[in-house]
Amino acid sequence: MKKILVYVAALMGGIVLLSGCQKEISNRTTNLPALLVDNNDTTAGTWLPVLLSRPDSFAVAAPVATSSPLYAADLYEIKSLQQNMTSGQAASVRYWAAGGVLRWNEIMRGLVAKYNLPPVNNTDSSYPIPSSTNPLSYPLFPFSNPPYAARAYAYISAAQYDALVACWYYKMKYKRAAPYAFDSTISAIFINKTKLPSYPSEAAVLAGVTAEMMKLLFPDEIASIQQKAIEQEQATITSGAATRADITAGEALGRQVAELFIARARGDNAGKAVGTPADWSNFVTVCTDQGLTPWISLETPKRPPMLPLFYKVKTFLMDSATVVSLRPPPPPAVGSDQMNKDVAEVSSFLKSPSRANEEIVTKWADGVGTYTPPGHWNAIAAEDFISQQYSEVRWARNMALLNLTLMDAAVVCWDIKYHYFNPRPSQVDPSIKTLTGVPNFPAYVSGHSVFSGSAATILGYLLPANASKYSAMAAEAAQSRLVGGIHYRTDCEVGLTVGGQVGNYGVLRAQHDGAN
Amino acid sequence: MTAQMNKRTVFHLTTALVLSFVYSTAKAQTVDDAIMMNKKQWCNGLTYMHSSWNQYWEGAKLRSNPNMGTVTTQSVMLMTNYGITDKLNVLVNVPYVWTQASQGTLHGLQGFQDIDVDVKYEFYSTKIGKGKLSIIGLVGLTTPLSKYENDFLPMSIGLGSTNLSGRLTLDYQKGIFFTTLSSAYVFRSNVTIDATSYYADGIHYTNQVYMPNQLYSNFFVGIRKTNLTVQAQVYNMYTFGGTDIRTNDFPFPGNQMNMTSVGAHVKYFLPFIPNLEVIGGADFTVAGKNMGKSQMYTGGLFYIVSL
Repeated sequence: MKKILVYVAALMGGIVLLSGCQKEISNRTTNLPALLVDNNDTTAGTWLPVLLSRPDSFAVAAPVATSSPLYAADLYEIKSLQQNMTSGQAASVRYWAAGGVLRWNEIMRGLVAKYNLPPVNNTDSSYPIPSSTNPLSYPLFPFSNPPYAARAYAYISAAQYDALVACWYYKMKYKRAAPYAFDSTISAIFINKTKLPSYPSEAAVLAGVTAEMMKLLFPDEIASIQQKAIEQEQATITSGAATRADITAGEALGRQVAELFIARARGDNAGKAVGTPADWSNFVTVCTDQGLTPWISLETPKRPPMLPLFYKVKTFLMDSATVVSLRPPPPPAVGSDQMNKDVAEVSSFLKSPSRANEEIVTKWADGVGTYTPPGHWNAIAAEDFISQQYSEVRWARNMALLNLTLMDAAVVCWDIKYHYFNPRPSQVDPSIKTLTGVPNFPAYVSGHSVFSGSAATILGYLLPANASKYSAMAAEAAQSRLVGGIHYRTDCEVGLTVGGQVGNYGVLRAQHDGAN
Repeated sequence: MTAQMNKRTVFHLTTALVLSFVYSTAKAQTVDDAIMMNKKQWCNGLTYMHSSWNQYWEGAKLRSNPNMGTVTTQSVMLMTNYGITDKLNVLVNVPYVWTQASQGTLHGLQGFQDIDVDVKYEFYSTKIGKGKLSIIGLVGLTTPLSKYENDFLPMSIGLGSTNLSGRLTLDYQKGIFFTTLSSAYVFRSNVTIDATSYYADGIHYTNQVYMPNQLYSNFFVGIRKTNLTVQAQVYNMYTFGGTDIRTNDFPFPGNQMNMTSVGAHVKYFLPFIPNLEVIGGADFTVAGKNMGKSQMYTGGLFYIVSL
């Protein structure tokens, strides 16, 4: 008996020991090494901006002379910060050292996920509409659903890119050496030294441009984003990469460039994309007049379709006539042999779903509470860019190319969806139960497929060695919507094709932006 | 108790706690009571459980959701319990679980959930007045039998963590009246989800989800005779941390899932078939967080043989 008691005591002891076990989880990108730049892209000041008419549209005054006492004071601030660096500040320097474009993209994806929640219905079964003029009360503004998110990623990325093109222009114009290069008593802390001039600071340009854009896109987060911007700037000074003057000039430049994008955004029709009850019923009328079965919301109570007028949003890479020209032929009509076949196929996948299918459905669900399919492709791109040793301006250029493509993909996709207003499989056959939530907009063509097809095309151009990997991922994303029960095969196949066509517009820009 | 009981030792089955977003067996069956098999007694049983809810706590807020309607979780559990000695038992159970929603389009899932292996040891018993006090310790391990989909709550059949629990049970019986107080601390492993990132109080760029540890507690009071047990019971599950479901978001494995239920159970040895015990019971969730407000009904048959 005593023996048994010893065993039990040992087991209990083991359990107590377990309580000390580390269950801490770290992100894949938490402990990245500092950005190591292979090529400083010194000609980036000549690259083609998205909106800026010239790289020097916004003036940046020459920095004070290095002999000036103001400059000496700036250097003293760095030395003082470096000498008195706390562990918290060191962690912040390490975090931002991995790259500003990367970190802001990660922050941005977090915001999209945070705000990607559909509003709860009112007691009268209507739904409240988030309003940018009243962002703090429920429903919070924005509801960052896939089209909203695609546009937000695009504006932020493009503004960052333009701001860095201007930044590079002035860097090469003034050729101010970085503090660690000018003063041997200043260390480069956690960062890799480069020969890139430090005035204006690219980190501060990113902080300024991003913080300014957020006022438009995530107005509820102005304070938290401002905090991040200050953190990045402080980390950059502490690292020895920039002086206070480099930072001030950079932030001002970034904020000015952002204004250009904000002005465009205010007039790009996105604010009207929710539509009106008359718009919503008109889609139904157009369909029934042609003898077709219109899409119906599968939610209870029925929710108005997601951003039905988003197809009118002004695209970046093509004109509105091109958007219409990319419209594929109509989907098989409900009741036709082809549609019956398509519905039966979806149904067959859901009879007894395989674990492998469940896995891809969940992996690519990107639904409520996530960073959406465009965010998923941002994550894929960013994690692949990490090993590419890009300069910040090339990081920004490639993220901008991806996100301009994804935004235009959203517009093109929404144009097709609302032109045809085709029902989801579970509407045609209510016995079809799905492995993820049914998105509240028409089926044809699959948004995941268009997004993924377009992203795989532009990313395959930027990283040719990964091209086949990206197209396999896009195919898997498309397939996941079929086996998840929310799309017909036609939606996915045509969606991938259309996505590829949109992606080619991104490639076209990439070929001619001067960055090759 | 063991010493007092003969071969017809009452086999006592407590309700497996039906977590209403997830049916869990982590504290199933005899883990939370004071009943022991005698040496070389072997008990096998099958229980069916039906749990359903049409309201759930989104964080602390109770709500309904017409896009799910009533969510039902059913399970059949195979259970075995062997007496190595009068005071040392080994228990194993394996549940098959299936889920469905009455409204909306969400697909039900099904499959074998988590195997539960427990070692139960009565390490102390004494007479107090005319009654008897027993103290029982238990160590349990629960682990998924397959890599089932754990990130499709509330339709998922389980959360996917491997749990190690340490339990202490106090039981006092005087005449036919008894009361039991039991509590288990459950260490839960983190879980892996199919998504490559997720939002839980901030964005997480990993497929690993932190699963805070839990405390399971239960209290029984009732009558216990050789061939009949009738008891009222209270169960509580508390999770030490975790996130709340956000407004109109889906539940997530890393949520703080808390619940309290009250119920009653009966166990009865059929007079015409020796060693065959019938059990039945009902439990109702009365409070909770990030879980369904479920009603749970249990029925089962157990057969004891002496080897």
